Amino acid sequence: MSTIKEIKDYLPEHPFFKGLDPELVEFLAGCARNVHFSEGEIVFKEGEKADTFYVIRKGRVAIQVHNPAGGGMIFDTADAGDVVGWTWLIPPYKWMFDATASAETSAVAFDGECLRGKCEGDSAVGYALMKRVAMVMNERLEAARMRLLDLYGTGGS
Amino acid sequence: MTTTEAPVAATAFDPMVPRTFRLLRTRPDTRDTFTLELEPTDGIPLKFSAGQFTMLHAFGVGEVPISISGNPVKDGPLEHTIRNVGGVTRALVAAEPGTELGVRGPFGTGWDVTDGKGGDVVIITGGIGLAPLRPAILELLSERDQYNRVVLLYGARTPEDILFGDELRKWADRLGIIVEVTVDNGPHDWKGRVGFVTQLIARAGFDPAHTLAFVCGPEAMMRSSANELRQRGVAAGKIRLSMERNMKCGVGLCGHCQLRELFICVDGPILTYEQLAPLMQKWEL
Repeated sequence: MSTIKEIKDYLPEHPFFKGLDPELVEFLAGCARNVHFSEGEIVFKEGEKADTFYVIRKGRVAIQVHNPAGGGMIFDTADAGDVVGWTWLIPPYKWMFDATASAETSAVAFDGECLRGKCEGDSAVGYALMKRVAMVMNERLEAARMRLLDLYGTGGS
Repeated sequence: MTTTEAPVAATAFDPMVPRTFRLLRTRPDTRDTFTLELEPTDGIPLKFSAGQFTMLHAFGVGEVPISISGNPVKDGPLEHTIRNVGGVTRALVAAEPGTELGVRGPFGTGWDVTDGKGGDVVIITGGIGLAPLRPAILELLSERDQYNRVVLLYGARTPEDILFGDELRKWADRLGIIVEVTVDNGPHDWKGRVGFVTQLIARAGFDPAHTLAFVCGPEAMMRSSANELRQRGVAAGKIRLSMERNMKCGVGLCGHCQLRELFICVDGPILTYEQLAPLMQKWEL
C-alpha cells in the first residue's frame, strides 16, 4: 500500500521515532494513516474519546482550554517534529483539552487502540514506545513548570 | 612648569559622576516597556560595547543599572529599554522629552560578538532579556556575512509582551537571522508558538562544535538554556550569559553585586557558563 510505505519511510526521520529499531517502527506503522487539517479545523475536543496519537509532519496544532470569561487560551503548541496526545495510553481515554490546527497541518495519525494492542502483545514494543512517550511528557512537564514560575512577570527595580 | 592638556582628556569621564543626557523621546515597546533615546548635553557620544550597562539616574529619585539597547556600531542616540516596574524606572519612563537624566558608565564586559565569526551564533533570550542582546544582534548584522547560521530564540510571556516585534520580523525576513518566538500562553486566535524558550533549542539546527551562544533572561531560564546547550554539545566556555545582580557603584568598590569572587559590575555582566555554572547552582550566593 503506497500510503503505508510513505509513512514507513517518513517515521524514522521524525524525532519521536529517530533511533528506534526500524522493524519496530514498521510494525507500529501498521496502525497509522496520513491525515490533514485545514487552518482552524478542530483536531479533537475535550471529553471526546482519545483514540489517536498524532505525529506532526507539517504545520501547527494549538492545544487549548476553553475559558468562558475570555475565550480559549492556548497553553501549548506542537509543530513539525512534535507529537500530540498521550491520552490514548491512559484510561479512561478521553481528551482533556481541545486541539485546533492553527495552520495547514499534516500528520501521521496512529489508532490508539491498535497501538495499545501492539504494546500489550509485546512488552518490548510497549516499553520502547512508553520510553519515547515519557520523554515527551518530561519535556512538556519541565516546560510547563518553568512557565508556571512566570519568569517574565514583573520584578522589582 | 607648564603642561599641555590633551584634548582627549575631556572624554575621560569620572565613572562616579553622572554625565547629563537629554531625553529626545520615549518609544513604547509594550504595555510596560519603553525605550528611551538620549543625547549627551556635551555633544560627546557615549561609546559602548554590546552587552554593557550604564547607571541611569533620574535626578531626585534614584539610579538604576540598565543595559544599553542601542546600536554600538552606528552613531545615534543612546538607547535604553526599560521596564516600568519600580520607583526609578517609573520616573524614567514618565520623563518628558527635554528632561535631563544622569548617565554613569558604560560599565562591565560585553558579548564580544566578533568571537563568533566563522561559526554559528545562537541567541537565546526571554522577556526583557532581548534588550541587552539587541546591540549584539545589530553589531552582528553589520557584518552578517562573517557568520554562518544565526538563530534567535525568544520567549515572551504573552503575544502582547513581545519586544521589538517589527525588528524581529525585519531580522527574519530581510536580514538573514532565523527568528523563533514562543510565548508562555496565548489567546485562542494566536497563530504563533506556545511553550518555553528552551523547547526551541532542539530544532535550532546549529553546529554545536562551532557555535557561540548568547543567553539573557531570568536566571532560571538561563540555567535551563545553558544546560540544554551543554547537552547538545556546546562547550561551557562558548556559552555567554548576562548576569543580573544589584549593581550600585559600577566600578567594583561597593560589593553590592558580588557573586562569590566576582563583581558582576566589572567582571560581568557577560560571563561564560564555565565561570558561572558552579555559582549558579548555589542558593547561598
